[in-house]
Amino acid sequence: MTAAEQAERAVAEIIGTFTSGAHRGVVVDSPPGAGKSTLVVRTSTELARQGEQICVVAQTNSQVDDLIIRMATAADDLRIGRLSAGDYRPSDEVSRFPFVRVASKIDDLASCKIIVGTAAKWVYVTDGQWPWAIIDEAYQMRSDMLLRIASRFERMLFVGDPGQLDPFSTVEESHRWAGLAWDPMQSAVAVLLRNNPDLPQLRLPLSWRLPPSAAPVVAKAFYPFTGFEAATAPQTRGMKATAAGLGVGPVDDVIDIAAETGWGFYEMPARNTIRTDAEAVQATVAIATRVLQRGTETYCEHAPGGRRIEPGRIAVGAAHRDQVTALRQALEASGGSGIRVDTANRLQGAEFDVTVMLHPLSGRIDATAFHLESGRLCVLTSRHRHACIVVGRAGIPDLLDTHPSVEPIYLDAMTKFPDGWEANQAMLAHLAGHRVAAF
Amino acid sequence: MSTLTALARVQAAHHGAAQQICTVRHLHVHDRPLVLVPLTLAGETNAPLAAMVGDRHGNPQVLVVPRPRLREQRFVFVERLANIVLSYVDGFTDDVETLPAKRKDDEPRQRFTDAPQVWVPNPGGVEYLRLMGRMTRFRQTTGDYAVAAGVPQLGKWATWLAEQAEYPDSSVLVAATQALTGFWATGQSSLEDGNLAALMGWIAPPAGMTAEQAAATAEDPILCPPAGPATDPQFDRLVLAPALRDLEEAPSDAVRVRVQERLTLALREQMQPTWDRVWQAIGLLGAQQPGGSVEQRWAADRDRFSDFVAYLRDTGHPQAKRDSAVLGARKLHDMERRLANFEAQRAFDDPLVMGEQRMTGEAFTGIVTWSDPLRTVTLSRRVLRPGIVVETEDPLRLVAGDADLRDPQRPNQKASILRLSESAGKISVSLELQGGTGSGLTAPPGSVPAVGERVTYSRLQVSYMSPGQFPARDQTPWTHGGPPQPYAPATSDAAEDWS
Amino acid sequence: MENTEQRLSRLRGGGDPEAHNARTIAAMTRNPGCVRRAIMDAAGVDKPAVAAAVGHPTSIGRLSDFAVSRGISFETRVKSEGCAELLRLLREQLGLPVPQAHYEDLGSTGKGETVSGRYLRSKAMLDTAEQGTGTLFDHPLLRLSISGVWAYLEPDLVAFQLGEKFYVIEIKSFPVIDGVADASKVAASVTQSAVYVLALQSLLSEAGRDPGLVSHEVILVCPKDFSNQATATLVDVRKPLAALRRQLSRMDNIAALLHLLPANVTFDPELPAMELAQALTQASARYSPECLAACEMGSFCRAEAKGSTAILGRTVREDLGGVDAVSTALELATGRLQPTKDLLQAAHVLRLAQRMRTEALAR
Ligand code: SF4
Repeated sequence: MTAAEQAERAVAEIIGTFTSGAHRGVVVDSPPGAGKSTLVVRTSTELARQGEQICVVAQTNSQVDDLIIRMATAADDLRIGRLSAGDYRPSDEVSRFPFVRVASKIDDLASCKIIVGTAAKWVYVTDGQWPWAIIDEAYQMRSDMLLRIASRFERMLFVGDPGQLDPFSTVEESHRWAGLAWDPMQSAVAVLLRNNPDLPQLRLPLSWRLPPSAAPVVAKAFYPFTGFEAATAPQTRGMKATAAGLGVGPVDDVIDIAAETGWGFYEMPARNTIRTDAEAVQATVAIATRVLQRGTETYCEHAPGGRRIEPGRIAVGAAHRDQVTALRQALEASGGSGIRVDTANRLQGAEFDVTVMLHPLSGRIDATAFHLESGRLCVLTSRHRHACIVVGRAGIPDLLDTHPSVEPIYLDAMTKFPDGWEANQAMLAHLAGHRVAAF
Repeated sequence: MSTLTALARVQAAHHGAAQQICTVRHLHVHDRPLVLVPLTLAGETNAPLAAMVGDRHGNPQVLVVPRPRLREQRFVFVERLANIVLSYVDGFTDDVETLPAKRKDDEPRQRFTDAPQVWVPNPGGVEYLRLMGRMTRFRQTTGDYAVAAGVPQLGKWATWLAEQAEYPDSSVLVAATQALTGFWATGQSSLEDGNLAALMGWIAPPAGMTAEQAAATAEDPILCPPAGPATDPQFDRLVLAPALRDLEEAPSDAVRVRVQERLTLALREQMQPTWDRVWQAIGLLGAQQPGGSVEQRWAADRDRFSDFVAYLRDTGHPQAKRDSAVLGARKLHDMERRLANFEAQRAFDDPLVMGEQRMTGEAFTGIVTWSDPLRTVTLSRRVLRPGIVVETEDPLRLVAGDADLRDPQRPNQKASILRLSESAGKISVSLELQGGTGSGLTAPPGSVPAVGERVTYSRLQVSYMSPGQFPARDQTPWTHGGPPQPYAPATSDAAEDWS
Repeated sequence: MENTEQRLSRLRGGGDPEAHNARTIAAMTRNPGCVRRAIMDAAGVDKPAVAAAVGHPTSIGRLSDFAVSRGISFETRVKSEGCAELLRLLREQLGLPVPQAHYEDLGSTGKGETVSGRYLRSKAMLDTAEQGTGTLFDHPLLRLSISGVWAYLEPDLVAFQLGEKFYVIEIKSFPVIDGVADASKVAASVTQSAVYVLALQSLLSEAGRDPGLVSHEVILVCPKDFSNQATATLVDVRKPLAALRRQLSRMDNIAALLHLLPANVTFDPELPAMELAQALTQASARYSPECLAACEMGSFCRAEAKGSTAILGRTVREDLGGVDAVSTALELATGRLQPTKDLLQAAHVLRLAQRMRTEALAR
């Protein structure tokens, strides 16, 4: 069976299970780049073509826009509605499609076959019930949000990536609800499954994004129980710098290693630093811009003849907002405009050819739960189609080893696996084999 | 923690004296608080042993459970505690004020002009009240296991108070250590700050002692009995255990009375220093200038107090053991919104708190160097959009395009960043302002910051607290376990063991 | 040439090593970065005695007699009549299919049985226990290798075998109220259970059986609400297990740490106080305020760390950009000290903080 056939079979099974109508809920786990959006678009357009009306709930406005563009491109025969806040103005891309209707009241979208909106907007639909819904990025949605909208829909398909960052609350220290089956701070899927353990749980088995060099590494560190594989064969993907490096600098060396193996770890001398470690920021930016300068080309199933990496296909990521600002400022100063710089939070769901990531534990004395969260590292190391380069100061393994394990344990709480500490160890162990020491 | 607080700790350690981390106090300090210093018997679950309680420093009531393992004696204790707490709370239900309705069709609202404020030494005291609430609120006043009416009533109040303490903007139940560390940083760690005596040692060391000596003394349980609710194991062994045994074995009432007096005295000695420190803490904090929005938050506390009194007068069911799905979601919603508003209010009231925002580059303070109150732009029509330029030395991390910034002096005016330019270590921020200037094309005087004025812009804002859209309890969806059982009093609860 | 075992013995001043138990082993994961502690634990140094000798007596592990007797009476209750109450919980609360159960007391026979002899008896019983029925093993003797030396553990708990699986049962006397227990107490208890899980696994491996037969869920038995009734909860201990395994494997490399110590140094509690304190400082510490509740040396190490930012809390030094002395931080903040290159950024942040504090407090 080819990869495409294998993927098609999984998609068909999911759509079949959901549309059979036998279950009120179906959960689909989708590892990075496994074709989650394609699944959402396929399911909604197929149902709509059968004359059914289907609602789609996404988490952010840009996710909604993204889905609408994909749906409208895939099916120009269907009326699509965008449920939006009063002050929403459609982006140029969305307004390109005349059959997409934008309204802030659900009644104005009654004629639409597919209705897409953010969860926050669906909350304000207080009456009525629709037969079908897809909850996209369901692992990013908090369970209290699901509580507020669940009654609107008869059957729901929950799609999302279990390895990514958990939803967030500003009152994280509150453990008032720990252990409750409906803990409002948990993800929608965690609560759904705790209350309804018998719901079908399916998964997409192949990553179309992660190259064969990355899929097993990411799967082992972050998806130890379910796992997934790369959809592409090793020879399909490749990366090469057209201009040779100067052959001496560690920046060029780490790019060469990453081009060859898909991974690079640029290790700087150990030091305790403030969060916006200027040297680490400089190094990260230097690597990202150097990839461009060297006219790096990638080969893949879409461009077997090779194509040059554009700035927009590179991402620079970090854990904290202030780090991102520092990285942006440094990138602008060194002519790296067009490169996407963002926090792990905001990079969720995005895809690039090459990524350069500032390791969340670089330069720190102690790790905190924030820095150890497995989802954060997972996002940072699973955005790339070709290579991921991690920048960090020496001493991170030591920092992990000396991390005191004193986390409180709440009875019956929903614990997330893998543990961030172990996932970090696993990823570092892998990166150790792709290390280039900076001067 | 932030660098500002970390630096304050460093300064405190260096100078041997606690350092302020706020310029104003953000907590309401009542002029007639009720102080409660509880002690429990080790090994049992929240078994009351003794308490010192009262609303005047010089006039504490000392309650002791002479035989703490006897259920009847515990109920006697709870009854007495209930009398004191309930009469204190009831004292605030006499005076009402009438407020205009929030919405047009509503009746005008009423609320009490004051509310209770209970102080305990530390978070352990809050937990004590929470558990006391859980032990007593389900008790019934009729039937086989009947208790005095005050017992379940105390349970409901204790539960309410403990729950309020989960919201940082509420001041009805205060743990002294938390109130103090909210205002001062010491030269020790936050763990050691949990010891009220050590903390007070840094803030106001006893005469003739340095802060470090005072803190060191505070760690010796003989010189300085712990602030409870747990007692010192040595005290248990050397004093408490023999006294309890003597009581058990007392051959006559006369002996029993004598032992009981000895025990009461010993327990009082354990509580007295803590009692004094809590009152001292109240005095120290009360003497600080309150922040501008303290009164407003206390008014919200009074609102909630009034609502709870009304609830008790209505159905008055004991609060559930744990939150249902809908209640939990509602509370989380409230908690997050109240926290956001509290953080904004604190920053607006207090330049040191705003300083933490400025340190991270999420806010900046500077001087207006240029101002055009008449600037207009043409959208669908010509509208007033005044412009200003602010020069700042702060490490700004905001970028052009960031919008919805506010200056606390003009909370209704939004600013967005048009441009940034840097020269000689200073950043000039060009801002476009919107709102707070009336409806015409000229801004009223003072509505736009003038040249030379000092302004602070941040993303913080105090917003209207919407109650949020939630399903009714009986509409809890299947995803969250479906509708829960409605409350029905259960004999098993009334009969519950207190081992 | 002195071998590791001899060196360790000399370190503790000769004599028998302090016996480890689940609590002391679990505590090793509380500050895994501390060399001083690792060496003292590996050598079985009598830490409370050392702490007292250098003028910093510890109160760790000191419990009220009331708490101790409650703990004993609760445990006795749960285990009375061949663990009848326990079996009820396993059936009713955890839904484990225990048709009928055997009870095996592996406690000391008192007939001059040696420790290792008793261990072998426990091993034999656990290995050959008839499968398919539920069997409760009380007082088994287990052992774990701590830096190459066997530590014998005598859990006052029962290991429960059901079908193929072994469960560790931990009986504690803190309450579970409406399904909620104190989370740090739970963590501390189940980390101790994890020690037993590990020891049970190693016993099975030694017997040539699959260590995976030991469940990574332990059964925590506590008083329910405010009563004397018991309640049981399954707790996943995979995280504490991982932390423990890693720390024990670090301790196995104790020889490497010992090399950092001058050959003449010992931690003999009998040494004169000054000399002993001097010796202690030869092994580097990693003090944080959490030590006060987790290590018998806490008070000594705090005094030693005076003047460092470590005593202000784990995050403070991070917030100060890695500056480790209080005086340096202050001098950098006020500009009295010119920063070295590696402290440039930290100095900048500190000066800014100083400016903000001065500005705000002056107004
Ligand atoms: S108290 Fe001292 S010896 Fe013990 S762990 Fe802490 S630093 Fe190490």
